[in-house]
Amino acid sequence: MNRLLVANRGEIALRIVRACRALGIETVAAYTREDQHLLHLRYADTDVCIGAHDYLSIPNLIMAARTTGCDSVHPGYGFLSENAEFAQAVTDAGLCFIGPAADHIALMGDKIRARADIDLPTLPGGPVLDVAAARLLASEVGYPVLLKAAAGGGGRGMRVVSTSAEIEGAFREATAEARVAFADDRMYVEKFLSDPRHIEVQVFGDGHGDAIVFGTRDCSTQRRHQKLIEEAPAPFVDAATLDALEQKCRVVVAGLGYRGAGTLEFLYDGDGFYFIEMNTRIQVEHTVTEAIYGIDLVALQLRVAAGEGLAGPPQPRGHAVECRLNAEGTDFNPSPGLITDCVLPGGPGVRVDSHVYPGYEVPHRYDSLLGKIICHGSTREEALARMRVALAEVDIRGIETNANFHRVVLDSERFRNGPLGTDLASRVRV
Amino acid sequence: MDISKVKELIGVMEESDLAELEIREGDESVRIVRGGAQAMVAPAVAPMLSLAETVPEAEDAAKPMGHIVRAPMVGTFYRAPSPESPTFAEVGARVREGDTLCIIESMKMMNEVLADASGTIEAILVANDTAVEFDQPIFTIV
Repeated sequence: MNRLLVANRGEIALRIVRACRALGIETVAAYTREDQHLLHLRYADTDVCIGAHDYLSIPNLIMAARTTGCDSVHPGYGFLSENAEFAQAVTDAGLCFIGPAADHIALMGDKIRARADIDLPTLPGGPVLDVAAARLLASEVGYPVLLKAAAGGGGRGMRVVSTSAEIEGAFREATAEARVAFADDRMYVEKFLSDPRHIEVQVFGDGHGDAIVFGTRDCSTQRRHQKLIEEAPAPFVDAATLDALEQKCRVVVAGLGYRGAGTLEFLYDGDGFYFIEMNTRIQVEHTVTEAIYGIDLVALQLRVAAGEGLAGPPQPRGHAVECRLNAEGTDFNPSPGLITDCVLPGGPGVRVDSHVYPGYEVPHRYDSLLGKIICHGSTREEALARMRVALAEVDIRGIETNANFHRVVLDSERFRNGPLGTDLASRVRV
Repeated sequence: MDISKVKELIGVMEESDLAELEIREGDESVRIVRGGAQAMVAPAVAPMLSLAETVPEAEDAAKPMGHIVRAPMVGTFYRAPSPESPTFAEVGARVREGDTLCIIESMKMMNEVLADASGTIEAILVANDTAVEFDQPIFTIV
């Protein structure tokens, strides 16, 4: 692996370029016209404009990789990172795709198949072909239930249904939304947990039946199904319970012959873990795992893709917390625009992964993530104390950010004492 | 950049749907634009094409006179909830305060813009799927 195309933007594109530079791999940054001022373009060896505003064009990205002499492609997260067709097209072009085989992406992209094929406990429910079937299964499972699209993601094609009277309308809305968003309107029903925790397991496979686990993360602090605060390891769950979950995941991933980084996501209601889906890519919040294990997961992705075997994970140390800094106002309204001044935090145990700088204009066309603040400490308390200081140091002018929202959540009794629930953020008033 | 490299670039570009390709390597940069198969070698520091396509101002004579609905945020203006759906509002349609007029997509969030007055849509001042600025007039209602 000598030259890699970065098929993404923002902080993760910068993250990938940094990992490549540390390994001596040349990088080519694929960018759109309005992204010509992204920070990682300054560090990439070559850059190539792929069009007006589109990171989703498979032929243009393949062409960009071929014309610039790349031998590999990193998809980052979002965009085409979990698109089996893209993974296959990259492979067919004779390039190395930094991620799993296209078949594994397709399997996990189909939530109905993943639920059935993966040997992990799931919530009661199953696939439904029409409203009548949904009504029947919902009454068996017991209301409230969640109607979900087989191809779903990011909360789209999903409806909470509290009574049988609501199911017809909810089914119609969810299928219509799924058809528009994913061109796939297959649905399934799942028992709805009102305020569960979201706990996930970071896995790595070598593609030949070996797999290792890098512990757990808690990503319960969400708003509109978007994660806001993540921690590693998952707090307030005893170590033996987490260890048992991790071992189950290791066996599943090894059994699949899975290659590269992946995350198995679970809901936890205090009694049991219920598998919801597997993400077949690097996650935004991989950084908290890196903090406690002292490793570079993006570099490991590159090594595994190049055919290196896996070594057992090191002992984790301490606790890490990440806050996602978004361009959002106090009502969570989007706040794109020109950053006139920008001071980001630092100090012991503080890491900032961000692509913004004074003079950078945050475009309205892409998501609102400005960067991530990751704080590590020997205990959860120490990590949180460092995060409070770090958030207070954030000084971004010209646009609004959610730094203050994070401070309010961190100071809330509920967050300090846990357990957390995915509904927490909607109850916090700034 | 030697001519064989440029030829090779044109060859692979033909396999894609790109209208334009620009590559920089060190101090050299090349820009290829589809249409008449013209290849242009750009100067070392290649200025990007200007994207400033000003939305034509309405003719003075036909300037809408009604109540102006302004964009509450910067984003992309959409007249319908999806490409296949009917538009929310047409010129000449009656609307009531609180009716949805359009969607502005900003930072991957779909934001419905509601009528802040009742009446008839007099003019729609922005084309579908174009960028709007904060406070830009988007509809007039009489």
